[in-house]
Amino acid sequence: MIDHLDQIFVLLRHWLVSFLPAPLQPVVCVLLSVAAIVSLFPALFALTTVFERKGLARIQNRIGPNRVGPFGVLQPIADGIKSLTKEDIVPLSADAAVHFLAPVVLVVAVFMGFAVLPMGRNMVLADMNAGLLFYFAMGASTELSVFMAGWSSRNKYSLLGAMRAVAQMISYEVVLLLSSVTVVMMAGSLSLSKIVAAQNHYSWGLPHWYIFTPWGCAGFVMYAIAATAETNRSPFDLPEGESELVAGYHTEYSGFKFALFFLGEYLAMFSISGLGTTLFLGGWSAPFSFLTWIPSWIWFFSKLMLSIFVFIWLRGTLPRLRQDQLMNFAWKFVLPMCLLNLLVAGLWRFLGDGWARWAVCSVILIGAYGAMGWGEMRRKHIGPRSYRYAE
Amino acid sequence: MLGEGILKGLAETARNFFGSYFSAERLTTVEYPEQRIAPFEAARVFPFLVYDGADWQSGLRCVACQICEKECPPKCIVIVKSTDKKPDALGKPQFYPARFEIDISVCMSCQICVEVCPFEAIKMNTEFELSTTDRFSGLLLDRKQLAKSNEYYHQIHPTEATAVDARLAADKIKADAKAKAAAVAVAAQAAAIAGEGA
Repeated sequence: MIDHLDQIFVLLRHWLVSFLPAPLQPVVCVLLSVAAIVSLFPALFALTTVFERKGLARIQNRIGPNRVGPFGVLQPIADGIKSLTKEDIVPLSADAAVHFLAPVVLVVAVFMGFAVLPMGRNMVLADMNAGLLFYFAMGASTELSVFMAGWSSRNKYSLLGAMRAVAQMISYEVVLLLSSVTVVMMAGSLSLSKIVAAQNHYSWGLPHWYIFTPWGCAGFVMYAIAATAETNRSPFDLPEGESELVAGYHTEYSGFKFALFFLGEYLAMFSISGLGTTLFLGGWSAPFSFLTWIPSWIWFFSKLMLSIFVFIWLRGTLPRLRQDQLMNFAWKFVLPMCLLNLLVAGLWRFLGDGWARWAVCSVILIGAYGAMGWGEMRRKHIGPRSYRYAE
Repeated sequence: MLGEGILKGLAETARNFFGSYFSAERLTTVEYPEQRIAPFEAARVFPFLVYDGADWQSGLRCVACQICEKECPPKCIVIVKSTDKKPDALGKPQFYPARFEIDISVCMSCQICVEVCPFEAIKMNTEFELSTTDRFSGLLLDRKQLAKSNEYYHQIHPTEATAVDARLAADKIKADAKAKAAAVAVAAQAAAIAGEGA
């Protein structure tokens, strides 16, 4: 019974497909999975927008949306109807074709990333050998759509926003990749299902997730920083920078095209949280061995929503960085730490089992963090803001 | 230590997040159409005309002196003086406004009309729910819409209205005394003339 509940979606798909003739079965199988992903994540997006608004409101001691439906839960429906019925304005001097394509490219590229994420036991659309590589290839193409949007709008704010976005996303893409490489070194595979399987075993009831090792913890923190920057979330929301750039690269978008950008941003957040979960938090595996009877997909989505909550929490807490601080932070602090973490991961691998590798790896990482943080704060590259002209 | 401030900030927002569910004084929001707070006594929105007694037409304190019309910076007041006179609160025959209109789409709530009025006839209202579907005639308030009783004035600005009433009563006593003195003088003069004649 519990096994059936765990595999309920897989069994449901098999049962539906069994009504069809044999040659059609593989195609329909894939189509059903695609339909599930394409309908589930936008639904999650709708839910998240209202949770985010409620959460941010509570962080600021406000009530938040509570007019549409009980406790405002029907707010996303009202928002959806609004953006569908709004006039879609394309600037006269814009490059109409590229202007139209940009949001489509964004959403398609983001949806492609979900194809390789294992969302439960046996629940992965395409179990590729190089799934991680495929994911990063798709993630990199979202930058293209951002630049398409900024360039084709022919608006200085859009272009500035797009330039910032590309500079930021390329810088943090490096960090994102290098922090994930440690996991690949340990698991010995680029396949995301194999990475989950490598973490899905327990000793004394506790799981062997990579976050519970020194290099994994450091890697996870750096991955989280890079993921926040990659999805243009606060405090790294310079590409939108509503106080400086109107709305950045989507200034000239209205109606449903804007809604698509909005959707794309949230989907990117889901997929990057899903990847982080898979790489460092054990994917769909349970946090304790006595909880393994709970279906694997529940664990995956719980971890996903927990990461989304952290995203919202960060957004409600931190002010936006300045462009130079953003770049300094990426290239002078996070990247060297990432490279050091690669070395530490290698040490961990070759020091063998025992407490020695825990001590050595922890000391190296914490020492480097303390020393670099102290040094950079002294040189004012990162850390408290200095006001040269205002004082 | 690097990152200390971020942790402090996260703790603060977490305290707000959970605290707002438990302590009522954190949530200061008044959910307006259902919940209301009484307007402050010093609040002011647009001017209105005060009348004494029960009948708004005969009780208007305004004597159509047109000072407010001239002083109004955005020129939102239109007054047409009457041709006949009627007795005012002090019993003196005065003109009255045949038309008195304020365009509240132009009015900037500066209260200058209130400051310059020598007759305490125009005061500031606290009514703010004035939206209308007709932005031209709907926002042009005439004499009848502007007239509000002195009791209403007491209700919205109690302290100020009491002071105004005291001032008006003092003026009335002074005017009565003056009138009596004048009457006595006239009577004496008449008596003197009569005496001379005799």
